[in-house]
Amino acid sequence: MASPAADEDLPQVLLIKNPPAFAVLGEEHFTSTKFRYLKAFESSLPLHDFLAAHGGSVRAILASLSVVDASVLDLLPEVRVIATTSAGLNLLDLPECRRRGIKIANAGDVYSTDVADYAVGLLIDVLRKISASNRYVKQGFWASKGDYYPLGSKFCFQLRGKRIGIVGLGRIGYQVAKRLEAFGCSIAYNSRKAKPGVSYPFYQTVQELAAKSDALILCCGLTQQTRHLVNKEVLAALGKEGVVVNVARGGVIDEKEMVRCLVEGEIAGAGLDVFENEPEVPKELMELDNVVMSPHCAVRTRESLMEVGRLAVGNLEAFFSNEPLLSEFEDD
Amino acid sequence: MTCPPVHPYLVEALEKRFTLHKLDSVPDKAQFLSSHRDSIRAVVGNAAAGADAELIDQLPKLEIVSSYSVGLDKIDLAKCKEKGIRVTNTPDVLTDDVADLALGLMLAVLRRLCESDRYVRSGLWKKGVGFNLFLLQFSGKTVGIIGLGRIGMAIAQRAEAFSCPISYFSRSQKPGINYKYHPSVVDLAANCDILVVACALTPETRHIINREVIDALGPKGVLINIGRGPHVDEAELVSALVEGRLGGAGLDVFQDEPNVPEELFKLENVVLLPHVGSGTVETRQAMADLVVGNLEAHFLNKPLLTPVV
Repeated sequence: MASPAADEDLPQVLLIKNPPAFAVLGEEHFTSTKFRYLKAFESSLPLHDFLAAHGGSVRAILASLSVVDASVLDLLPEVRVIATTSAGLNLLDLPECRRRGIKIANAGDVYSTDVADYAVGLLIDVLRKISASNRYVKQGFWASKGDYYPLGSKFCFQLRGKRIGIVGLGRIGYQVAKRLEAFGCSIAYNSRKAKPGVSYPFYQTVQELAAKSDALILCCGLTQQTRHLVNKEVLAALGKEGVVVNVARGGVIDEKEMVRCLVEGEIAGAGLDVFENEPEVPKELMELDNVVMSPHCAVRTRESLMEVGRLAVGNLEAFFSNEPLLSEFEDD
Repeated sequence: MTCPPVHPYLVEALEKRFTLHKLDSVPDKAQFLSSHRDSIRAVVGNAAAGADAELIDQLPKLEIVSSYSVGLDKIDLAKCKEKGIRVTNTPDVLTDDVADLALGLMLAVLRRLCESDRYVRSGLWKKGVGFNLFLLQFSGKTVGIIGLGRIGMAIAQRAEAFSCPISYFSRSQKPGINYKYHPSVVDLAANCDILVVACALTPETRHIINREVIDALGPKGVLINIGRGPHVDEAELVSALVEGRLGGAGLDVFQDEPNVPEELFKLENVVLLPHVGSGTVETRQAMADLVVGNLEAHFLNKPLLTPVV
């Protein structure tokens, strides 16, 4: 451990909230000899008061699940880098950061694998009623009531031949595609623009994609352009046998409309790791057996948490050593 | 004659072509069998019931057993061969569904899908009660497969897409296969993270998952059974799970369906399914078509579609 005198000379990295990686795995994995943490969350002061008192010489932020907007940045005039442990950047005011010359280091490819695995897991669960059947068996109903669904009923669906529409063919979307191809699914996508070198069919709009898909898997970031991207028209195009899987952000879907469609049988089911107003989940969904839900935990594996924490530390060390960031976010 | 319970589409198709008797709806089975012994020429079985030696003896005019399943453990094959009774099953059409479900179970157990869903439905997330769960990464985990037949290969091929190294145990090593072969199940269990039972149920494979194998798989290991309940020493499995000596399990089949050991109900690291391996609309129909197709072929003196004997 560094001696107190040396420690105080180290530049400070602001932690607004305690990152899940630190909380779950222990902060000792994420210390550095090149900087020390300034923990706003340990103070009883409201954030802006804390920053007014202590933020003057802070040059870096390790952002995790916290909003970083103009009001925060105003109190941190020396900040030049933000390392985030999140794949999504929707809590950062990107135009403001750009304006102030602040660089962003994001989670890079760390989460892609786990999120892709989760998306596939949710899809299979919805199509084959895994969580619902597990619930049924664990209540003793198989013995007392018989088979969960009558043989021959239109309850569970095959994966082979299903048309998967990926919304946002970034790192996560691409990993989802590769996995589902092994199940005999066909892949098509919508992204801001077509990806060169990708052979999957590209659709200009999500509505067109939905019309040609049996399942939509949302893997895009949440931006002004993607808010409520999956709306009434898209859900109608997806149709009565269609399924939605959302591992992106709740705001990408018009949640109220989706709930209505699920309740009224306008779409066949949904797998949701994210919601518009977490931890609020529409109560209508709680009654439905064709919906599988999880509390925004697609990235919660030890491996991912460790890797993302280390990556953030690596980015910050690079910054303080005047070296290029390891995973700089470039908006293209 | 059919054994219980049967897919309505199949029942309809059979009734169109044959005189159908449903054994499960007969109050006195013994009486029924003796009064119909000279007229029954075919039996349609499934995973739950088929044609054992006793039944075959009671039906001297039996010509063909057409099973609505790929598993043949409920049919006395030796006796059928001896008596010249044809046997058919439903291979291939259900391979995908069973393999898909095996992967679904792996993801559900490791990534705790069912538990997460239950957590949200309970309202605990909204209340701010933390979800301090350690979800295990699936990608990259070693998958050990017992039985590298059609279903085993389909599971391997899917798991490879998740960068899972594949190893297997089989009666003999398969030539031309790149996966790592282990000469014993215990050896396989000791060297994999997720062990999948995908072989046929025979006298040799009964309780192929025993205490020794479970110990080898260990407190971080996960067992997936999409084969047959009797593949596993169920009492040993239950105590291992309850005592934490086995990391988790995804089970679609049980010793005495539909009875499932209640000690498993509370375990969040265990996912239980009511034998739905082949349970999709598409596959159930394809299986029914095969059963009917085989019976029709037999009675028209044409080659059987999917004969076993």
